[in-house]
Formats: sequence, C-alpha cells, structure tokens
Amino acid sequence: MSLIRGTGLRKTFGDFVAVDGIDVEVAAGESFGFLGPNGAGKTSTMRMIGATSPVSGGQLRVFGMDPATHAPAIKARLGVVPQTDALDEELRVRENLLVYGRYFGLSREQVRARTGPLLEFAQLTEKTDAVVESLSGGMKRRLTIARALINEPSLLLLDEPTTGLDPQARHVLWDRLFRLKRDGVTLVLTTHYMDEAEQLCDRLVVMDRGRIVAEGSPRSLIAQHASREVLELRFDAADHAERVADVAGIAERVEVLADRLLLYVHDGDGALETVAARGVHPLSALVRRASLEDVFLRLTGRSLVE
Amino acid sequence: MSRADKQSPTARPGSPGEVALGGGSAVEDPEREVGPAPRPPGGGWRAVFGYWFAVYKRIWRSTVISSFLAPLLYLAGMGYGLGALIDSGDRTAVPGVPYVAFVATGLVAAQAMMTASAETTYNVFGAIKWLHTYDAMLVTPLRVVDLVRGHLVYVLMRLTLVAGVFVGVALALRAMDSALALVAVPAAVLGGLAFATPIYAFSATIDSEQGFNVLQRFIIMPLFLFSGTFFPLTQLPVGLQVFGWVSPLTHTVALTRALGLGPDSALWLEPWRFAVHVAYLALWAGVGYLLAVRALRRRMVV
Ligand SMILES: Nc1ncnc2c1ncn2[C@@H]1O[C@H](COP(=O)(O)OP(=O)(O)OP(=O)(O)O)[C@@H](O)[C@H]1O
Ligand SMILES: [Mg+2]
Repeated sequence: MSLIRGTGLRKTFGDFVAVDGIDVEVAAGESFGFLGPNGAGKTSTMRMIGATSPVSGGQLRVFGMDPATHAPAIKARLGVVPQTDALDEELRVRENLLVYGRYFGLSREQVRARTGPLLEFAQLTEKTDAVVESLSGGMKRRLTIARALINEPSLLLLDEPTTGLDPQARHVLWDRLFRLKRDGVTLVLTTHYMDEAEQLCDRLVVMDRGRIVAEGSPRSLIAQHASREVLELRFDAADHAERVADVAGIAERVEVLADRLLLYVHDGDGALETVAARGVHPLSALVRRASLEDVFLRLTGRSLVE
Repeated sequence: MSRADKQSPTARPGSPGEVALGGGSAVEDPEREVGPAPRPPGGGWRAVFGYWFAVYKRIWRSTVISSFLAPLLYLAGMGYGLGALIDSGDRTAVPGVPYVAFVATGLVAAQAMMTASAETTYNVFGAIKWLHTYDAMLVTPLRVVDLVRGHLVYVLMRLTLVAGVFVGVALALRAMDSALALVAVPAAVLGGLAFATPIYAFSATIDSEQGFNVLQRFIIMPLFLFSGTFFPLTQLPVGLQVFGWVSPLTHTVALTRALGLGPDSALWLEPWRFAVHVAYLALWAGVGYLLAVRALRRRMVV
C-alpha cells in the first residue's frame, strides 16, 4: 500500500527546474529518505508532497489523493517538520501545542490530553511552561516534532531534522524517530548527512540537481556503488592528482579530492601495506568502511557536504 | 509490544500506525479520489485568531502606550491645549461645537487608522518572512483565506477595544456627549478595516520592510493630518480637499463626528450621507480583502 506515489514529478520556478521528473513511491510503515547536497530539490519535493507547493508537472498522490484538489484532507493526516523551525517563540511550550492543535480543528480538551504524552515523548516535560525563545536548538527541534505529531499523523515529513544540531542532540533525535518508526509511523526525511540516512532510512534515493541518481537501501547502494573499504591517503602535495600514479593498480577506483586520495578497496589494511611496500609514504593514512558519501561521490563526482 | 510503550504519544489504539493502514482504503475507494473535497478539516479562521490572540495576551502591556495613552495625550494637547486658543468665550470655531469635542470625535477615527496600520504591517510581513508563522500554518489544513480572515478578526477585536476605550474616556470627560457616541465605535471599526485590508495586501506584496517607511510617511501621516481630524476639510485648498475625500479616514471622521456630537449638532448628517460614507468604507474594506487574499496566495503558494 503506497502512501506516496509520484511519477515524473516536476517543480519549476519560472525557467528554473528545481525537481526534474522524479519517480517516488513510499509504502506505509517505511522509512524513506531523500539524500542530496544543497539545492538538490529535496525541500521542493517535500513541499509538493506536503500539499503546500503546487506540482508543476507529473502526477502525485498522497494517501491516494491529489494535492491539487484535496490539500486540506491530506494535510489533516500529515505531520510536517520543516527545514527551519517556525515555532511561536514568544509563547510557552504548552501554548505552542495548543495553538497548533487548533489549526487542525482539535478541541482544547483534545490538545490538552495529548500535550502531556507528547512532551514526555519529546523529553520536554520540565519545559512545559517555558517560553520557546529560551530553549536550546535541539529542544526546539524536538518541540517542532512534538507539534507535528499533535494530529496523530500516519505520515511524518521531516526536512533535515538534525541539521545544525550537535552530535548528542542528533542522537537523541534519532532515538525519538526510531520510536515513531517502531510504532508504525511512516517517516519521509531529507538529509545531506550520510550517517543520518544510514541510521534512519530503510530505503533512500540519492538526489542531485533535481534528479534521482540512485535508489535502494543504504547497504545495497554502498555495495553497488562503492567498495567494502576505503583507504584515505593524505600527501604533502599541492595537487593530489600528481600522486595517483604512485598508487596505480592497488584500488578498484581512485578518487582525487582537494586534500587527499580515496582508494576504493576490498581490504584497506592490505592496500596500505602494498602502498608502504612500494616505498610511498603519505603524511597520513586512514582505513574506513565505505559510506553513502562515497556513493554520492561516485555517482556525481561531487561531495555531499560542501 | 511497542504499543505498550508509555513513552510514545502514538502508542495507543487509533495511533498513526493504524490510521496509516486504515487510511489506505482511500487508495482503493475511487470516490475519495475524484469526489468533491468535503468541508475543510482544519480549525479555520478561529484557529488563526487563536494564534494572534495568544500572542496579544503576552504582549498587550507593550501596546497600552501606543493604543490608549497616545490618543489621550493628543486629546489633552490638541483638544484642551489648542482648544483654549481656538475657542474664546461662547464663540467656537465650528459653531456650537467646542474644539475638544471636534478633535475627540475625529481622533477616534484617526486612532482606528493607526491601529489598523500597526496591526497589518510588521505583523503580516513578519509572519511571512521573519517568523515563518504563515508557513507553519499552511502545512496544516488551514487555507490562505483562513489566514487572512483570522488575522482580520483579530484586527477587528483590537479596533473595537481601542475605539471602545477611547469613546468611554471621551464620554467620561464630556468631550463627547451623546448616547449615539457608542455607535461611533462600530463606525471607527469599519473605518479601521477600510485601512486594514488594503494595507494587509500591501504588506503581503512588498519584498522589503522599507516599504513601511514609505507607507507611514507618504500615506498614513498625511491622511492623519488632512482628513478632517483636527480641522474641517474646507480649510484646505481645493486640490487637497479632493485628496482628503479619497481618504477613507475623511469618511470615517464624518461618521464618528456626527455620531459623537449627536443629532443636535451642526455636523449631524442626513441618512443618505450616512449611507454613502458607510458604503465607501465598506468598498475599501471589501476590495482590500480580495486583494489581501490574492496577494497572500501569490506570496505563500509557490
Ligand atoms: N521559491 C523559489 N523560487 C525560486 N527558486 C527556488 C525557490 N525555492 C527553491 N528554489 C531553487 O530550487 C532549487 C532547489 O531548492 P530546494 O530548496 O528544493 O533544495 P534542497 O535540496 O532542499 O537544498 P538544501 O539542502 O539547501 O535545503 C535551488 O536551486 C533553489 O534555489
Ligand atoms: Mg532544503
């Protein structure tokens, strides 16, 4: 059963094509991600799915309904966490939930009954009466999520849920999202962090310049488009391209970055030994598992996070 | 077992997970796909009003000076201070009308204009651009018209409050002295709305808040001075009189002055004149409303 089905979905702003004919399908209960760099078209896509931005071309159904004609009905069943928190900063935490719940036509009593459990879920119970302005970035993000859950949505759209948060705040947030997923809420999120996509997504698409360049589970994408391990070598060189010859034949593929070489290999330590045996001495060397970052680099020739 | 998890707000019957599965029937049910949209499920303008009211409850103290004290200071300075120079003995500039009463019955209208402008400039622009309040509202079932209506109902409340307090004080000071002065309150409110809706449309259109300086300096201040608030329009050269009659404020002042001074005054109006002034203000408010909805839709639905 698909909650979202888009075919040939396009978004244009004047002559500019932000989303260039993508196909997406998200099933109930799934965690689905859009991974891509700045300007890839992630927010534009999410806004179309959220029925706030009109579709420029192609077809889109959310809960089986057309956003062009049934926007309020779709929105009534959605939770939306936008890229930037738009909390009512001058109001208290509790008031934020009340005001927002009323937007959905919920009664004061309904909202009040949901406030306690939601704030507990968001770990904000002690902040119930605090003015939002005084909360930390991570708390605000969690409040935005709590607010988005006020109508008990079956589908939650999260646009870069953890961008700008410190590592600890991100982990707290991931944990909350796991919980929702386990309770059967369908999550659709965008991110430009590969670790986030690996943590949260059952399935994802890699977007670049308005197009989908790859699709699959994080694991299958890595298996398909990268090697098992990556050996990173840093040299004392102005241009690392000059050093490619030194490592010729060792790796399945070599990527040249501004400050290092990436060697895609099955066995990183083995490859490092081979490099040393050739008498090549990098300033530093690092063996790591391949990630979605490598997939992205492979597919687009560019880094995910600039 | 996850449903037993007390910590999760969604872990109970009718939780999102179940809604998701139940909701799937919409896909199979062709009626849902092509049928007309049912009554919008959101909270409508009432919910939007709820937001503005909640904010007002937190900041109302800071509005006391501009909303209530400033007009009374004008009344004291212009009405009593300047009035003492203008009126001498039994002779008044406008026959039979003490200057303080002349000014009070005009100020209530001017103050409505000021309030309307204050509530539909930075508030609207900020909700669009700085605070993203409108973005947050529009991901919920609220529609653009709900946003405009809820905001305007809030402005209506503010206008009623401000005009009501002013008329109350003016009556207590005997600066107004007719039972009909109470009807000047809705007249001032209508006059305020005649400004609120077009200014809302303006605020939803401009790209930079610099536009508000222009509005304040070249529209609001001149209208404040040249709409018959402090002196009759007939004192002006004909060119400025025409400008004065285009201004909704002139028409509001005509209404509030007639009502505030009562049927015995020289400035009372024939019924048809009442009707014309009301119709003119309603036209501004109505056209402004349509423009406001259109401007906000263009701005938000992209
Ligand atoms: N309202 C708009 N008018 C004109 N261009 C727009 C508008 N919104 C987005 N764009 C352009 O569309 C492209 C895609 O933007 P979008 O916000 O969807 O990217 P994104 O993947 O979400 O990026 P980020 O990671 O920075 O949030 C960008 O080049 C952006 O400048
Ligand atoms: Mg974005």
